[in-house]
Amino acid sequence: MTDMKHDLSPLGCGPSDEELYIRAKNLDIGYKNDMVVRDINFSLIKGEAIALIGTNGSGKSTLLKTIVGLLEVIDGELSVFGMPPGNNHHRIAFLGQFHISGFVLPIRVIDVVAMGRYPLHGLWKPMDKNDDEIIRAAMASMGIEKLANSSLRSLSGGQQQRVYLAQVLAHQADLLIMDEPATGLDAGGRDLFLKAINKELCRGASVIMATHDIQEEAALCHQVMLLAHRVVAIGPPDKVITSEALLETFGVVVSDKNKLHVLECIHGHDDHERQGLKRHKNP
Amino acid sequence: MLDIFITPFSGNVFMLQALVAGALVSIACAIAGTFVILRGLAFIGDAIGHGVLPGIALAILFGFHGIIGAALSAVFMIGGITLITQKSRLSSDTAIGLLFVGMLSLGVVIVSRSSSFSGDLTRILFGEILGITLSDILLQLFATIVIAVTALICARPFLLLSFDPEQAEVAGFSVRLFHNIMLFMVALTIIVSFQTVGTLLVFGLLIAPSGAGALLARRVQAMMIWSAIFGILSMYLGLLISYHFNLAAGASIILVAVSIFFIVFIIQNLQQRSTATAGG
Repeated sequence: MTDMKHDLSPLGCGPSDEELYIRAKNLDIGYKNDMVVRDINFSLIKGEAIALIGTNGSGKSTLLKTIVGLLEVIDGELSVFGMPPGNNHHRIAFLGQFHISGFVLPIRVIDVVAMGRYPLHGLWKPMDKNDDEIIRAAMASMGIEKLANSSLRSLSGGQQQRVYLAQVLAHQADLLIMDEPATGLDAGGRDLFLKAINKELCRGASVIMATHDIQEEAALCHQVMLLAHRVVAIGPPDKVITSEALLETFGVVVSDKNKLHVLECIHGHDDHERQGLKRHKNP
Repeated sequence: MLDIFITPFSGNVFMLQALVAGALVSIACAIAGTFVILRGLAFIGDAIGHGVLPGIALAILFGFHGIIGAALSAVFMIGGITLITQKSRLSSDTAIGLLFVGMLSLGVVIVSRSSSFSGDLTRILFGEILGITLSDILLQLFATIVIAVTALICARPFLLLSFDPEQAEVAGFSVRLFHNIMLFMVALTIIVSFQTVGTLLVFGLLIAPSGAGALLARRVQAMMIWSAIFGILSMYLGLLISYHFNLAAGASIILVAVSIFFIVFIIQNLQQRSTATAGG
């Protein structure tokens, strides 16, 4: 993936309007009397992924909530599928950070996953055989097909997170917006999650997610945005995840930065040796 | 045996009408109560229950139907709570509390103008299930159908709201709209139910049977069915006990409903303990 693709100059051969899923220009985000991040500029095109990295409270969730339309844009421009945020419900799957339902709501796993199809069906349209197959497949890709009839509240936190991820997958959305999606997952769950996201990207979906994982999740993405109440850096992971940038974002130093690369399903770069980053305490 | 369990109803038209009304109201309360529990609307449900008092008091003073007065009060309350929550920095709890005590006081003040102050107040607060008429029953039937149809139409947004309001909004279902529909459903339930057990106790019909249902069910639909069963059982047993022992009907019904909750709760805990012991 070349950097040219992100060049939005009208004279360049940038992405067509239909392929430009998110575009933010001089975007300010935050709450009514509390600006969180100023002057965000980025774009996300079809089939690509962007990771938001930063400490707690750095503005990751605020940005995601603004994109889905839960928070209003404070200033600047933000278009999602060429429209203001809050439209195109049928094209967007969202996974927030907190779920209030975990222990009170009596609901089976399969019914939670089926909710992922609601935005496509509205109030009325009944689910058909095709929906059932998609729901089953989504559960299988998160390894929870055997839990289909279990009660959500009987599951552990990690298992519940798998259910929520299966719900996102069941939507078969064009744009997946996820806030720390791998929280609580065990090694097997993380593996399934990374595979599922890769599959979604190959299908042509785009992903924007907040994460703390600069080794695997961020490396899977085409772009990384480092946030610390401002955009510290944005670009391909191997260019952006530098010691200096991470020091500014987290206050830690990282080595072996050259070994990171973007996982590309089309070109199959999986055979490259992937070496993770080691974190050192800032001396 | 028949004499104890059947005859009080077959031989007494007031008891029979009370049971039919109680069963209808139990179904409405099962549907609305389920969402009161799942959406954490207990306080506003309780407040609406008490807040309908001034409307009913006015109805007694001026001689129109109590249900109309209750409906006016409920609309006023929900409007007031929404207004305060939106236009001030106060939480909805504070707004609900203010309207709750304000309306309750207003109700008592209005009733105190009536010639039979304590008699009327007692009837409103504790219900007069044996005074229910055929037209009341028809109204309750109509309301129960409206509530059931609303829950059916709004099944998806209501489930999403109970699951995660943000998820509902992102899925394209307006949280404000469906939350308000849910509130009016709860209010309608209270309005047609208060005659059975009174404004003071009607809240018990909303949460005791549904609470027991929440302990047992694995699906929302099952929770409603359990709740309706427990509600109707409470009505029947409560009426029976009040008939044989000459006790207040409304309070007997609620006492049975709350007892059922604790019986289910205790049995379930004993079962869980025994499976835990057997397993470990």
